[in-house]
Amino acid sequence: MSAAGIVVDGLRKRYGATVALDGMSFAVRPGVVTGLVGPNGAGKSTTMRVILGLDAVDEGTALVGGRPYRSFRHPLKHLGSLLDAGALHPGRSGRDHLLWLAHAQGLTARRVDQVIEQVGLAPAARRKAGGYSLGMRQRLGIAAALLGDPPVVMLDEPFNGMDPDGIIWMRGFLRSLAAQGRAVLVSSHLMNEVQDTAAHLVVIGRGRVVADAGLAELIAAASRNRVALRTTAAAQALRVLAEAGARVTGGGRDAVVVSGLSAEQVVALLGRSAVPFSEVSAHRATLEDVYLELTGGAVEFRAGAPSEVAL
Amino acid sequence: MTIARRLSRSGRRAGGNSFARVLHAEWTKFRTVRRWVSGMAAAALTLVLFALLAGASSNQQGSPPVPTGPDGGPVTDSFYFVHRPLAGDGSVTVSVSALDSSIPKGPGDLRPGIVPWAKAGLVIKASTRQGSPYAAIMATASHGVRMQDSYVNDTAGPPGPVSPTSPRRLRLDRSGETITGHASTDGTTWTEVGSVRVSGLGSTAQVGLFVASPPAVGGGGTSVSVSTATFTDLRTHGGWAADDWAADPSGDTWTGTQVGAESPTFAGYPDNGSGSVTRSDARFTLTGAGDIAPAVRDSLPTGGHLRDILTGTFAALIAVIVVGTLFVTEEYRTRMIHVTLAASPRRSRVLVAKAMVLWSVTFAAGLVGAVLAAPLGERLARGNGVYLFPVSFASELRVTVGTAALLATASVLALCVGSVLRRSAGAVTTVVVAMVLPYVLIAVPFMPASVSTAVATVTPGAAFAVQQTLVPYAQVASNYTPYYGYYPLGPWSGLAVLAGYAVASLTVAVVLLNRRDA
Repeated sequence: MSAAGIVVDGLRKRYGATVALDGMSFAVRPGVVTGLVGPNGAGKSTTMRVILGLDAVDEGTALVGGRPYRSFRHPLKHLGSLLDAGALHPGRSGRDHLLWLAHAQGLTARRVDQVIEQVGLAPAARRKAGGYSLGMRQRLGIAAALLGDPPVVMLDEPFNGMDPDGIIWMRGFLRSLAAQGRAVLVSSHLMNEVQDTAAHLVVIGRGRVVADAGLAELIAAASRNRVALRTTAAAQALRVLAEAGARVTGGGRDAVVVSGLSAEQVVALLGRSAVPFSEVSAHRATLEDVYLELTGGAVEFRAGAPSEVAL
Repeated sequence: MTIARRLSRSGRRAGGNSFARVLHAEWTKFRTVRRWVSGMAAAALTLVLFALLAGASSNQQGSPPVPTGPDGGPVTDSFYFVHRPLAGDGSVTVSVSALDSSIPKGPGDLRPGIVPWAKAGLVIKASTRQGSPYAAIMATASHGVRMQDSYVNDTAGPPGPVSPTSPRRLRLDRSGETITGHASTDGTTWTEVGSVRVSGLGSTAQVGLFVASPPAVGGGGTSVSVSTATFTDLRTHGGWAADDWAADPSGDTWTGTQVGAESPTFAGYPDNGSGSVTRSDARFTLTGAGDIAPAVRDSLPTGGHLRDILTGTFAALIAVIVVGTLFVTEEYRTRMIHVTLAASPRRSRVLVAKAMVLWSVTFAAGLVGAVLAAPLGERLARGNGVYLFPVSFASELRVTVGTAALLATASVLALCVGSVLRRSAGAVTTVVVAMVLPYVLIAVPFMPASVSTAVATVTPGAAFAVQQTLVPYAQVASNYTPYYGYYPLGPWSGLAVLAGYAVASLTVAVVLLNRRDA
């Protein structure tokens, strides 16, 4: 595995009886935006805290550029992160917030003013951060993450609280970071927030990775060997197809999704049993479907080696 | 590629002193939150305001002046004196055969009692003016024969009390400025008790008998006492050899005088009584109250001392404790601690840097406050006629610097407790209870001495000892308790107790910060 980016391997952590991380493993490569998606409580924030050395794990390792985060003398020059945009003193100005961070890394006020410019916070930089909107705090947090000009950037739910303009800005911004060759990890609990930004997705549920693949691969894999069937005799079709070994799920009023058989096989089977149908077509999964399917069951699913999903 | 190159360059640049950078970051953090800076300024201002208030609030204009001794220190110089002027060198002897004291047990109810430092003996004194130079040899109720001079000097002679069956003979010799005291049980064998130089006696000094009876100490306060002594065989020798007074008992050459009848350091006689002398032949019976001794806090209740001027310390303490706590707990409340520890993963350095920044800032604020407060308050108080116990420059410097160090160390204690508890309210309460409660307990007059002494020994409040300027005297029985300004520990030992608490809590805080998830 490449030393650049982030590599987490076999992270396990429990809080009392609750298992927060259950063998979490994935890698974040340079030059792409990797989306870390999963429902609330799946372990996204915990994983990020572990990467930053804030939380200790019971097992496993998390490396940034091949080294544990806590071994860096000036870590913000290796990994810029934003965990919580509200994590600032309300009585301190945005600029002063960046200034102490800069001083901790041996950077100067000039660098602070550069990143303020970069995130478009200049007009508010000298106001108390307590008066910032959530969107402004997100921008301030991004500025802090960029302060050390790091090769790796990690942001927890950066779209939270952003207005539509902000979301568009953020997407472009993240893509430009990746285009500069940086490894970018962005978490979200909403698939549509990352689908236009991330080229690679790590889907997690219940503390472990359920899918780790490129966006296109994921959709293709989820669509593979699925047939959308429109019929007025759904019960009959269900019985016939199940006898042939297919898995059938309800899709709509007259529609079912068949997996395990090709469209040709479905047509032949239904014809032989004289089950009426109006349409048979290849099923095209949406990312949302993939996400719900994966995280709902939290069953391991990897592109390239698909194991069928039991619903 | 560019990133990799940039990385390796920044890796090399990172070789600087990274602790200095953590320190710099924490300093930037502190100075950029206006409320913390104002909190420190308020602490300094509080010291000054309370000093002005203390200086302005008491007005003792027109009260009798506090007598001071040859070294400038306040003294008690009130006693019953039977004397005559004697010129040049000579000797005087007398036998003390009884010394009995009475203490009021209730209004109008004087009963015999023990006043350990009741004194009866011979004294040579420049004049009957309070504070004038003297030397004396005396029998005491419980401390044997003593030779004393200049109010503060005390030398022990033969032990044991006096009684009609075992009287004590005393002798005082003058040779120029040298006064020598002797004691004897039989009048033949004399033991030298002490020999002292007393300047300013003049060629003709007042020589004679005296009785003093300092207030009895008990129950956290004092009650006035009175003592009566019987003297026989009063004789003068050498250059002072008898003219005709011994042969003519009716000759009124000896005068009875109450020295220092009106004095802030003299509590008077029980039940408005007075001193007296009765004489038959060479037998004198003297009744007297008061003392010849350095003044202490409860013999000079109207006197102020530096601690009173710096009474704003407790309010300043609350301010610095709050700021010290918030310096870390607000990071936990806002979860900014995650940002801090992500920027500086070596956690112990962060806490140590915070402690150093906080200590220095608080010390500077405290020093500015104390340096202004002490002289301003003192000037104002003196202007209002308040007598202040004198303080040497070194002591005043120690109190000023010590007060700043006390505030600084207390704020670091608050920081560490805040880091352990992660909650502002809990940490502020804990440290206020640990620091300000001892202050209050010490300031309560009816607190038993054992309690206030324990509080001033084992709690972080022991550090208030750094403000003490009063000196206890072995030869003056008094309430040497923290309430009166006398601490069980020395100034720096007291401060060391607080520093011990701060270091211990810093250690716990560092261990927990490293062990716990942020």
